Amino acid sequence: MPLLQTRKLTAFYGDFQALYGIDATLDAGEIIAIIGANGAGKSTFLKAITGLVRRPAGAVLLDGEPIGGKTAAEIVRRGVALVPEGRRLFHSLTVEENLLIGGHGRRSAGPWSLERVYSLFPALRDRRATSAPLLSGGQQQMTAIGRALMSNPRVLLCDEISLGLAPIVIADIYAALPQIRAEGTSVVLVEQDIVQAMKVADRVYCFQEGRLSLSGRPKELTREQIHRAYFGS
Amino acid sequence: MTDWLNALAQGVLLGGLYALFAAGLSLIFGVMRLVNLAHGDLIVLAAFVILFLAGKLGLDPFVAAMVSLPILFMVGYALQHVLLNRTLGRDLLPPLLVTFGLSIIIQNGLLEIFSADSQRLRSGSIETASFALGGGVAVGVVPVLTLLSAIAVIVVLNFVFYRTALGRAFRATSDDLEIAQLMGIDHRRIFATAMGLAFVVIAIAALYLGLRANFDPSIGPARLLYAFEAVIIGGLGSFWGTLAGGIILGLAQTVGAQFDPEWQILSGHLAFLLLLVFKPRGLFPRALD
Amino acid sequence: MDAGAAQPAQPFRIQTAAGASRFAWAAACCILLVLALLPAFAARNLIQDLIFPFYMLALAQCWNLLAGYAGLISVGQQAFVGLGGYLLFALTLPGGINPLLAIPIAGVVSAIFALPTALIVFRLRGAYFAIGSWVVAEVYRLVFAQFKALGGGTGTSLPPSVTSTMPGIEWVKSLLNVRTPAARDIISYWVALALMAVTLALVYLVLRSRRGLALGAIRDQEAAAASLGVDIYRVKLAVYVATGALTGMIGALIYLQKARISPDAAFSVLDWTAYVIFIVVIGGIGTMEGPAVGTVIFYLLQRNLADFGAWYLILLGTLGILVMLFAPRGLWGFIADRYDLTFFPTRRRLVVHARDPTTPG
Repeated sequence: MPLLQTRKLTAFYGDFQALYGIDATLDAGEIIAIIGANGAGKSTFLKAITGLVRRPAGAVLLDGEPIGGKTAAEIVRRGVALVPEGRRLFHSLTVEENLLIGGHGRRSAGPWSLERVYSLFPALRDRRATSAPLLSGGQQQMTAIGRALMSNPRVLLCDEISLGLAPIVIADIYAALPQIRAEGTSVVLVEQDIVQAMKVADRVYCFQEGRLSLSGRPKELTREQIHRAYFGS
Repeated sequence: MTDWLNALAQGVLLGGLYALFAAGLSLIFGVMRLVNLAHGDLIVLAAFVILFLAGKLGLDPFVAAMVSLPILFMVGYALQHVLLNRTLGRDLLPPLLVTFGLSIIIQNGLLEIFSADSQRLRSGSIETASFALGGGVAVGVVPVLTLLSAIAVIVVLNFVFYRTALGRAFRATSDDLEIAQLMGIDHRRIFATAMGLAFVVIAIAALYLGLRANFDPSIGPARLLYAFEAVIIGGLGSFWGTLAGGIILGLAQTVGAQFDPEWQILSGHLAFLLLLVFKPRGLFPRALD
Repeated sequence: MDAGAAQPAQPFRIQTAAGASRFAWAAACCILLVLALLPAFAARNLIQDLIFPFYMLALAQCWNLLAGYAGLISVGQQAFVGLGGYLLFALTLPGGINPLLAIPIAGVVSAIFALPTALIVFRLRGAYFAIGSWVVAEVYRLVFAQFKALGGGTGTSLPPSVTSTMPGIEWVKSLLNVRTPAARDIISYWVALALMAVTLALVYLVLRSRRGLALGAIRDQEAAAASLGVDIYRVKLAVYVATGALTGMIGALIYLQKARISPDAAFSVLDWTAYVIFIVVIGGIGTMEGPAVGTVIFYLLQRNLADFGAWYLILLGTLGILVMLFAPRGLWGFIADRYDLTFFPTRRRLVVHARDPTTPG
């Protein structure tokens, strides 16, 4: 049974339909990537899973159990954590406070603690008392990931974590992903940077205008296939 | 000269009372961006609760106030949970108009139950006790206690906000409600807890309101205005700023009264408007509001 | 399909008036005519009674324009009611100006006061603006309580030399064969009716103009409106000053009718803000029909239940809260949504014509 599964997932913003029946799965221990152009529905997909956007009750299953009707707070307690687009750290809180608040909804057992996060991202340890808005983009992204990890999630949803960051910083952050997987958290990466995403992902989905246009293993997909799925024909 | 020194001393002490009024309002603004137009009436309501407990149970007002704290916490929690949480959202109008309606209901409810008579909290000799500060200036024990209580309340609020997990949750919810929910924070309970806490502060403010002066069901709105002015003068987002704002307002009033007693309240309002013109964000703003 | 191809342009037009509204316009004109002619055949009591709902509706339309359309939620409009009232007294008593002329003068002076008031109070946003406007009203009250010439804290009355020499009294007396007090009431009635009609017409015209489109945008999405170049500040300022002027004139009329003024009454939050807000909330914020519905309901409640004093006010407060929670668009909003009705449409509809089937694509 897949760890996380969506079945004919639709989502609306008012009258505007953003997702048209997405069927996707995530198995335990996987890192999957979701690519697609701006406005394709990738972020909406993550928001629908975490409960920030309304979706049909049976459309999202965690360990076979429907979580579509649950609130965002309930979903994080079941082990699904989101690293939001644009990081969205709490600007009145320091790095350490942001991490601690991530642990507010933590599941009882799990490997992630303040110490473990600091060893994953040593740069944060030196800045634990710094106010969030004063951090660099990369440090903010690390804090946002650490904050999500503090709830000991089984599934980590990452929304465009490479956005606005220098390549060397991106590489640092991506280097953390295998360690996160090793600790028992499966990862969903939504990315516009296809190259990085494809390097680390086991499988990839491509979204186009709210629909799945492609899925498969990175090694098995050709450039033409990806190009067509991304931009449309 | 002593008249002026006296006015200054009284102004600072009056500021303590206004800071107490304002602290509860500041807490609610800070956590849930709710402007509670019934705030002043809630202070009056709390004063009547203390009066009632003191009378029925034969307690000194200080003790009655302590007894009222858990009761009022629960009232505040319930009020937020049942009514005010429903009004919060992106639209400004519902919380404003619902709390305005609440204000009318509380004023008239108190009128029906207690009549329009002036009331006072009686605590025996402490009411008239005073001590000399030197320079011909004497201050009452109750006003000094008021200021000390205001300082104590602000110290406690700062502690809660900046050194506890609850305070962390308050700040996170206020910063970004959507993401706070993603952290597992149940914002409805956080807001209810904040309102309960605000009611505790309101109860303390009510105690000193009732000890210092007469009160009746109609004086609520004026207290709201003073509380609001103190918060704005001090600057949003800072509890110490609220204390400063209260003191400045108190000073403006007592200094104005020195020129003409009829000008006391007007001086306060004018000082507030003046500050609004020159420092619209207040003196010590902290929040990125 | 080539995602880059442009869609062929579709013909469209902007529509404001709808079928029901033509009927409504005709009905409104008839009603106004009947109301104007009422003094000829109605009892004096009725004429006196109607003055109240006329000016309450006018006040409600002003508040609705401010809050419902421009997003300026003011809890301090009583400042202008009191200002207008005191201006009337100041102009007619020592000034000796004829009361009917004093009303428009009060409007102009109120506008002059509204300008600096706005500049100060606009430094506050949203809910803080609301309380700030209340502070301003209190300042007005406390200042006017200082003017001993106008009665100070206890207030003063208009002597018969003023009230009985209103222009037109003699004409009405001979035309309708009534005595001076009744003639006075009839003139006040006509002034109130005129003010109400002018307010309604002005509000409607503003909303239908380009300004009105800007206002609607401000109400719905202020940030978006700003990004489209709508000069929010100036539009809000214009609305605040205009409603200040209108409210001032209404206040002048109110206190001409009452002939007695005091600071607490003239600047009363309950009479000039709480009741007004109740009317708009119950009827429906943001529509023109809402305040009319609300005024009727309020008038009926006030007539029948006001004697219950504190209980009546508790009832009003509770009703207001319930409506705000469960029917936030008010009674009219509820009906309009249900039956898709608009009598005085101020929204614009984009009507897109069906594509010609012979066009390729």
